[in-house]
Amino acid sequence: MLILRTWVLGAKSLTLHPMRSLLTVLGIFIGVASVIWLLAIGEGISREAQRQIEDLGADTIMVRSVKPPAEATADNRGVTPYGLKRSEYDRLIATIPTIRSALPIREIRRQFRYGGRLVDGRLVGCTPEYADVTRLVVDRGRFLEEADLHKRQDVCVLAARVAERLFPYEDPLGRRIYIAEHKDFYQIVGVLEHRNATAAIGGSLDSQDFSNDVYIPIATMRQRIGDSVITRGSGTFEGEIVELNQITLRVDHVQNVLATAALVEDALRSHGKLNDVATVVPLELLEQARTTRLMFMVFMGLIAAISLVVGGIGIMNIMLATVTERTREIGIRRALGAKRADITRQFLVETVALSVVGGVTGILAGYACPIVIEQLRLLLESHAPETMQNLPTVVRNVKPTIVPLSIPLAFGISVLIGVAFGLYPAVRAARMDPIEALRHE
Amino acid sequence: MTLAARSTDLRKDYVLKGETVRALRGVSFDVPEGDYVAIMGPSGSGKSTLLNLLGCLDRPSGGSLFLGDDDVSKMSDDQLSWVRATRIGFVFQSYNLIAQLTVVENIEVPLYYQGRLRASDRERCRELARMVGLGTRLSHRPTQLSGGQQQRVAIARSLVNDPYFILADEPTGNLDSRTTEEILGLFERLNDQGKTIIIVTHEDDVSQHTKRVIRLRDGLIQSDEQRKDRRLVTLTPTHGPSTESPAIDGPGVADSEPASIE
Ligand SMILES: Nc1ncnc2c1ncn2[C@@H]1O[C@H](COP(=O)(O)OP(=O)(O)OP(=O)(O)O)[C@@H](O)[C@H]1O
Ligand SMILES: [Mg+2]
Repeated sequence: MLILRTWVLGAKSLTLHPMRSLLTVLGIFIGVASVIWLLAIGEGISREAQRQIEDLGADTIMVRSVKPPAEATADNRGVTPYGLKRSEYDRLIATIPTIRSALPIREIRRQFRYGGRLVDGRLVGCTPEYADVTRLVVDRGRFLEEADLHKRQDVCVLAARVAERLFPYEDPLGRRIYIAEHKDFYQIVGVLEHRNATAAIGGSLDSQDFSNDVYIPIATMRQRIGDSVITRGSGTFEGEIVELNQITLRVDHVQNVLATAALVEDALRSHGKLNDVATVVPLELLEQARTTRLMFMVFMGLIAAISLVVGGIGIMNIMLATVTERTREIGIRRALGAKRADITRQFLVETVALSVVGGVTGILAGYACPIVIEQLRLLLESHAPETMQNLPTVVRNVKPTIVPLSIPLAFGISVLIGVAFGLYPAVRAARMDPIEALRHE
Repeated sequence: MTLAARSTDLRKDYVLKGETVRALRGVSFDVPEGDYVAIMGPSGSGKSTLLNLLGCLDRPSGGSLFLGDDDVSKMSDDQLSWVRATRIGFVFQSYNLIAQLTVVENIEVPLYYQGRLRASDRERCRELARMVGLGTRLSHRPTQLSGGQQQRVAIARSLVNDPYFILADEPTGNLDSRTTEEILGLFERLNDQGKTIIIVTHEDDVSQHTKRVIRLRDGLIQSDEQRKDRRLVTLTPTHGPSTESPAIDGPGVADSEPASIE
């Protein structure tokens, strides 16, 4: 009953200066909301990064050809041979017993044409296992098969986005796309489901965004296109001779991954001076991502904590002003029998009320984070698609994930801040000499 | 006769930057229950200081002060607060109501610090408000009341804890002569009902209504005498405070509202 009265009284005093109370609440509100937001976005980004790395496969090792700086290799024609050789692929399989399977990949940027429509994308020469290793799911038709490789068939499988853009109205299955550079037609035998991007890995033509891919048998690619590729840009042209862009190795057990990676790097030592081969071990990336995540959280938490402290200082500032302003009231209450503790409690109740209101509204605003971010993404996509495209995929795809612990944490901290920053003004109020307080104008 | 207060050789020194101001230099007097005392004296003679000591807002530098059977000169801050909450009623020159509280809530404050607030207490507060003639203003705020009305709220508040005595420091200092008469009429009626009242005042007009006058000079009692020519408040009903309430008609006049304060 009396406790209730204390709170009612506090609420009454606060509504006496609604604007002032509102601004004070705003400080805590922003602090709490930012704790939750920063942690949610941080968690979302690191989960996305982790998912992308996990998608690469914890049991895989990737070796990629990296184009060295032009001056290091260019012969007089400006065409540079570099990267992984088919012979190295064979040797890796033959000499390292822990390798369960290996996947040779060749990729080039090309323009795909059907009827009047054009799509820029990645032409990927690969083997049937590619779908399995990179977790591609066939939507309709089929993926490449062994027979396609043996017979060097002119068949292809389209990623979902390519299919949608080239065939907005027709069924792509059975039709043939055209690649102008080589004057080649490929018959479509399958269409894939949409797939999220994976982490970009070193030396990639693009990030590992699978949405604009067209897959053909690597044997067909070698026969039709060969190792030497000329890419014409506007006014320039680039030449390169590459046998394989990537070899993805699968290791028999996860615990052998690191040892196998060492063996692979050893086997490819001859590339050392050109530095045209990079080894990527997702398992290592994963470990790195975990520590990065921890640092990220600490960092975000620190920023949020600073904003909370700023909010707390706001409270303290307002309460000091309030105490001075209400000196007379304090004197009256003391004269009418209030103990020092009663006065302290009265002002503490007010600051705690302010910070609890700020805390609760801040938590509500925190819960809105995923929705707001989603809306923001939609807005950006429709109004500034280029900006959107330029963002890293982890940022583009981030889904803020509210860290459950952040809710009680934020609430607890806001109450704690109310008490911590309200205590000094409250104690100061209680310390006043009642006679002097009564004389105060 | 039981004593409401007994002061023996009461002293109060203020030390300011090494200089000592001796505001009270040994004041002794008894206040029997039911007394009505005016404390007078020139400015700076120590009237307010004495009242603050009697009201337990401050501690004496020497001597002893008994309220009832308790020596308050030795009490801790919390104990003094308790005495103020339970045994003393204050009326100030500038009313000192709490702005954000209504009339009834202002009257309740001392009970709140006694740690009790039952439904019956609420009713008692309303009763007191009616008694001082503010029955129709129960949920008004101080800023919506005139000075005289505010002072009546303050008097109601000073009565709510059924105190040993009411201490009033220049209670009519801010009021015009008619309102002064009203307030003094109220005091007189309370005193008739047995309340002990101590008023600090400059005005002879005010002290004329009391039973006893203590004059201070330079922190000492100059004189302490019973008033023989006591004047009673005479307010005819036509001079009532306003049309709103006939509650304060002067002593002896039958009240239309319950006037009991017990
Ligand atoms: N807090 C204080 N610190 C120092 N000196 C004080 C303090 N309070 C009062 N005094 C001094 O004590 C003396 C008595 O003051 P007090 O307020 O009791 O006078 P008073 O009789 O009430 O005067 P007035 O009629 O003007 O109100 C004065 O000299 C005053 O300066
Ligand atoms: Mg004075």
